[in-house]
Amino acid sequence: MRLKEIPVSVWIGVTGIAIVVICALFAPWIAPYGETEVVGDVWGPASAEFLFGLDNLGRDILSRLIFGARTTIFVALSATLLSFSLGIVMSFIAATNRGWIDLGLSRINDLMMSIPSLIFALVVLATLPQNLPTLILVMAVLDSTRVFRLGRAVALDVAVMDFVEAARLRGEGTIWIIFKEILPNTLSPLLAEFGLRFAFAILFLSTLSFLGLGIQPPSADWGGMVKDNKDGIIFGISAALVPGAAIAVLTICVNMVVDWLLRRTSSLKGGRGDA
Amino acid sequence: MNLSNMFGPFIAFARRFPLATNIIRRLLLSVVLLWAVTVMIFIGVEALPGDFATTYLGQAATPEAVANIRSDLGLDQPLLTRYGDWLANAVTGDFGNSWASGKSVSDQIEKRLGNSLFLALFAALIAVPLSVSLGVIAVRYRNRVPDKVINILSLAAVSLPEFFVGYLLIMLFVVTFPTAMFPSTVYDDMDFLSRLEAIALPVTTLVLVVLAHMMRMTRAAIIQVMSSAYMETAELKGLDGLRMIIKHAAPNALAPIINVVALNLAYLIVGVVVVEVVFVYPGMGQYMVDAVTVRDLPVVQACGLIFAAIYISLNMIADILAILANPRLRHPR
Repeated sequence: MRLKEIPVSVWIGVTGIAIVVICALFAPWIAPYGETEVVGDVWGPASAEFLFGLDNLGRDILSRLIFGARTTIFVALSATLLSFSLGIVMSFIAATNRGWIDLGLSRINDLMMSIPSLIFALVVLATLPQNLPTLILVMAVLDSTRVFRLGRAVALDVAVMDFVEAARLRGEGTIWIIFKEILPNTLSPLLAEFGLRFAFAILFLSTLSFLGLGIQPPSADWGGMVKDNKDGIIFGISAALVPGAAIAVLTICVNMVVDWLLRRTSSLKGGRGDA
Repeated sequence: MNLSNMFGPFIAFARRFPLATNIIRRLLLSVVLLWAVTVMIFIGVEALPGDFATTYLGQAATPEAVANIRSDLGLDQPLLTRYGDWLANAVTGDFGNSWASGKSVSDQIEKRLGNSLFLALFAALIAVPLSVSLGVIAVRYRNRVPDKVINILSLAAVSLPEFFVGYLLIMLFVVTFPTAMFPSTVYDDMDFLSRLEAIALPVTTLVLVVLAHMMRMTRAAIIQVMSSAYMETAELKGLDGLRMIIKHAAPNALAPIINVVALNLAYLIVGVVVVEVVFVYPGMGQYMVDAVTVRDLPVVQACGLIFAAIYISLNMIADILAILANPRLRHPR
């Protein structure tokens, strides 16, 4: 594939993601003020000194945004990675063993998917202790149901393909087949799914934080910043809209890349559909 | 008596009435699913680490005080006994008393469920026809300007968190151009019109959130149908685009579209929770979120069960409609 064939929207998306990742990695060096440092009046207006103004306690919104990128990306990424590993391992176990293991895992999966994730998360978070590992684990387990469903379908699909059969007849080992035959052929849909799950994790985490059940203060995260500043909205103070817009922009960037990946996958299959 | 004799009548019935059999099977499945959800919500949640009494008492959690609270709330009973009691009461619509306020959970839910359904119903009434027609338009002008515009806008809309949309609307229509009201409080003796006025912004938020998802999936479902052989025939015999879609594609796309709609009503359920918090609307979602923050388990379990039941019923209705829309089952051989 040549670089020229990549559409503009993907470049915009990749640039956006890169900026956020750089902010997350180098937050203490980029941010003009500290994460919890009070630098002025409550809800101070935007100025050259404070680009986005100050928040409900007089902290610099830009600095908190940069530090918040760190928390948001870290939690969303760990949850997605964990949910992916969990979902893929479970789905491969189900697909290779078939029989009652497959049946049992699939039914449990269906059961978990029969409750909307946010409702499920609320029920579970009502008893579990409030800390970061728990939050990541809950997000990962709830999300892994969708990965499981895709992984199982892909694994069952690919395992019966001619080139896998041919490799098996050549006498290749299972691991070789998975890495050299199955994985390259499933990479595009899996990568797209990963992006989709990541975008979903960002939104999900932000929603939980907004409801006061995600990341706990004083550490900054984008959903929590919206919650902190929401009372200002009615007085025309846009402090809550800035982190909200940051969430939206990041998710749009991820989705633009994913959209292109999905399109590429479907055009590989041929046929008239481009959905 | 051997097995085939035993199931003989059933098999004969299934052959004769495939439609009824499929529907009955789907109904039974939902009942089993709902029961499994009660087990998960009650036994599963209580098996998780975390204890209300210790959390509630905090620093003052002496062993005696914890034991007192546990026996007050009935937590010293075996889990299965409590589950049995809870389920038996829940079936009759009694969800016990809130741990935090001591008041009846069912009374609160009775008031709030109606409010939430009112909100969701209006959002669905606007979003479903709008998104399906937008989906059809996108397919009609596939890969041309209208499709691309709709595609970009919907991609952006899918990425917006519900609360951001909500606050953006408040900023626009309450602060900058004061036309709508905030917070969206509704009370019992409010007449229908002022009630509608109160929910205008929350409904708009919900519609915006659901619309994009629903439209994108409708578009995908119709395109799937469009790529089949009979559509090629229709195209080759010279039918124009819109008639092709309405006469040939739509009947076959009905089942997938119904599925898409049902699936997206789940976003509506989740959206209701967030939107109610944003607009301070007295519905189920806000009740549940408040209960989660104070770990008021009876309220959380009741709300969770009701949300799950609504979701399961929606999916069941969608599946049954899809079965009814399938001509192969309607006309048995």
